[in-house]
Amino acid sequence: MLTRRSFLKTSAATGASLAASGLAAPAIAQGAKIKLGYVSPQSGPLAAFAEADQYILDAFSGTEAGANFEVIVKDSQSNPNRAADVARELIIDDEIDMMLVASTPETTNPVASTCEFEEVPVISTVAPWQPWFIGQQGNPGDPESWEEFYYAFHFFWGLEDVISVFTNMWGQLETNKSVGALFPNDGDGNAWGDPVVGFPPVLADQGYTLTDTGRYQNLTDDFSAQINAFKQAQVEIVTGVVIPPDFTTFWTQAKQQGFTPKAASIGKAILFPQAVEALGDTGHNLSSEVWWSPSHPFTSSLTGQTAGGVASGFEAATGRQWTQPIGFVHALFEVAANVMGRVGDAGDPDAVAEAIAATRMDTVVGPLSWDGAGLPPFAQRNVAKTPLVGGQWRLKDGGGYDLVIVDNQTAPMVPTAGAMEEIV
Amino acid sequence: MIWVDTLVQGILLGGLYALFAAGLSLVFGIMRLVNLAHGDLIVLGAYLILVVVSATGMNPIFAAAVAAPVMFAIGWTLQKVVLNRTLGEDILPPLLVTFGLSIVLQNALLEGFSADSQRIGFGALETASVPLGPVTVGVLPLMTFGTAVLTILVLNQIFYRTAIGRAFRATSDDATTASLMGIRPARVFATATGLAMVVVTIAALYLGTRANFDPSIGPARLIYAFEAVIIGGLGSLWGTLAGGIIIGVAQTLGAAINPEWQILAGHLAFLIVLLVRPRGLFPRGKD
Repeated sequence: MLTRRSFLKTSAATGASLAASGLAAPAIAQGAKIKLGYVSPQSGPLAAFAEADQYILDAFSGTEAGANFEVIVKDSQSNPNRAADVARELIIDDEIDMMLVASTPETTNPVASTCEFEEVPVISTVAPWQPWFIGQQGNPGDPESWEEFYYAFHFFWGLEDVISVFTNMWGQLETNKSVGALFPNDGDGNAWGDPVVGFPPVLADQGYTLTDTGRYQNLTDDFSAQINAFKQAQVEIVTGVVIPPDFTTFWTQAKQQGFTPKAASIGKAILFPQAVEALGDTGHNLSSEVWWSPSHPFTSSLTGQTAGGVASGFEAATGRQWTQPIGFVHALFEVAANVMGRVGDAGDPDAVAEAIAATRMDTVVGPLSWDGAGLPPFAQRNVAKTPLVGGQWRLKDGGGYDLVIVDNQTAPMVPTAGAMEEIV
Repeated sequence: MIWVDTLVQGILLGGLYALFAAGLSLVFGIMRLVNLAHGDLIVLGAYLILVVVSATGMNPIFAAAVAAPVMFAIGWTLQKVVLNRTLGEDILPPLLVTFGLSIVLQNALLEGFSADSQRIGFGALETASVPLGPVTVGVLPLMTFGTAVLTILVLNQIFYRTAIGRAFRATSDDATTASLMGIRPARVFATATGLAMVVVTIAALYLGTRANFDPSIGPARLIYAFEAVIIGGLGSLWGTLAGGIIIGVAQTLGAAINPEWQILAGHLAFLIVLLVRPRGLFPRGKD
């Protein structure tokens, strides 16, 4: 665990050696606080991702390591242009030493690109790594032209993990292996439905037949075309990456039309418990990928809390149910404290970037290291992967839903709390 | 078989769009006011119903009946205090003010209710359906369509059978002459917006029960409402219903061919009507 003493000791030691070699004195030795910029979508359609920000920031500033930092928070308003603007403000006006950014490619990509351009180290999270890495390339269509970043680093899982988690969950059920897909015409939908890196090739390999009716527009009010196509193909498994209002429209209409698949594994739409509750009783046994939960066997390097402790702390402080982004935003600050504990001069972007790349640590979302494990060569420097498992929402007796982990073949250290159940 | 289903689903969807559009059509028809905050006002209505439902646990339909007078008061005050000051020769001030209002409403709702997806629960009715000949039709969409027809029927009765309706039409035709006859346009406008807000509450009931809503979802609803009004023709409420159905059917037909064309097909139908009949299908009189 990182304490103020060890933090100061390492900083001072590196600082002393730097000073001896005639370089500038370290920021810590001058008594100045290290300036962190933090951008997240606190208002607008993505605001649910940032609802735990205040709780995490308060917890961070209360720790010994956190006392060495000044965090300047900016709201992206769920708007990519605004995200780039506030990132520039943080870099130029506030002269931050390092940037942190979280939640969806719409927030992480403009901020990471701005930082890369301005040569400020940035750590980002809560966006699958493909849209983060490939989305920032000059020519996303040509893998030959992709270049790694010097200052931009990311930790999260990737599309390949969701695909294995979903197919593992379906493997637990007796089905006819007929899959219906709801892929919208947005960054996520196009990636999931991509004939090369998306679901189609993997499903074909594993003997599933896929009914993909095409990329519909978000905020569609009628899904009768998809429902008719699924019925005709005798679909028993539905998957997709759908925004919450569209999934409610689809699911309600499917029930009205008498279409009930055995499994529905959906990304995005049922991430937050409030969205599942909006489905009334019909959300029972819907499944999705689980990035983090209170039962993940990890502890915070900042506060020493377990994953369960971080989640219950949030619930006690706000009276709201825990959500998955909480762990990752917390981990973002863990990494920041860890990295700054290993560099002499926080104001030296190259040293900080190298320190991020050398990170090997345990966080509340699991072990993190930018060692390139499980990644293609082009992304190995900039991306660190976190474990992903599968879960189902189960109705609680007193109303509301619990997320129960039902498949851990992709990350056996995370305990399951049940087996996959059919939707009836 | 699938084509019949597609058509029926499209018509039912049209009912929803017509409900979204009816309030806009009313305000637009009487005072040439394009209310860009219309979608956000529907979302406001949905939150109001949600608050009543969660506070008292009553049926959403009765909750809407409770919310309607409140919305009438909000609409009346809004028109009297704010929007009446923007009306005049220049069409820009009302546009700018309602655009601003839209942003204020979204952020106020975000502050008050957070960004969580909400839905007004209707219990088993949400997923109930009835067989209707060869197709199965959801009860809720059917209710939506029925309510849309009923709402427009009642609005037409008010327009053509009552004193206030006469005042609406007179002020719409010529505000100056109407005021010579003892009608106060400012009051008539305020009443009209209040009435439009009652219609908005009905639209909000169905917006809130059929799918999730959150503070930022309003503007996406405005575009269909707007198109339905234009297709139907200025000032014609039955035209608005027809406009809604045209967009709804165009969307489901487009989707049946390829879901990528669903939204586009609705917009294309709108453009085609604009090309062929620039004043809409059923324009009221010459103005």
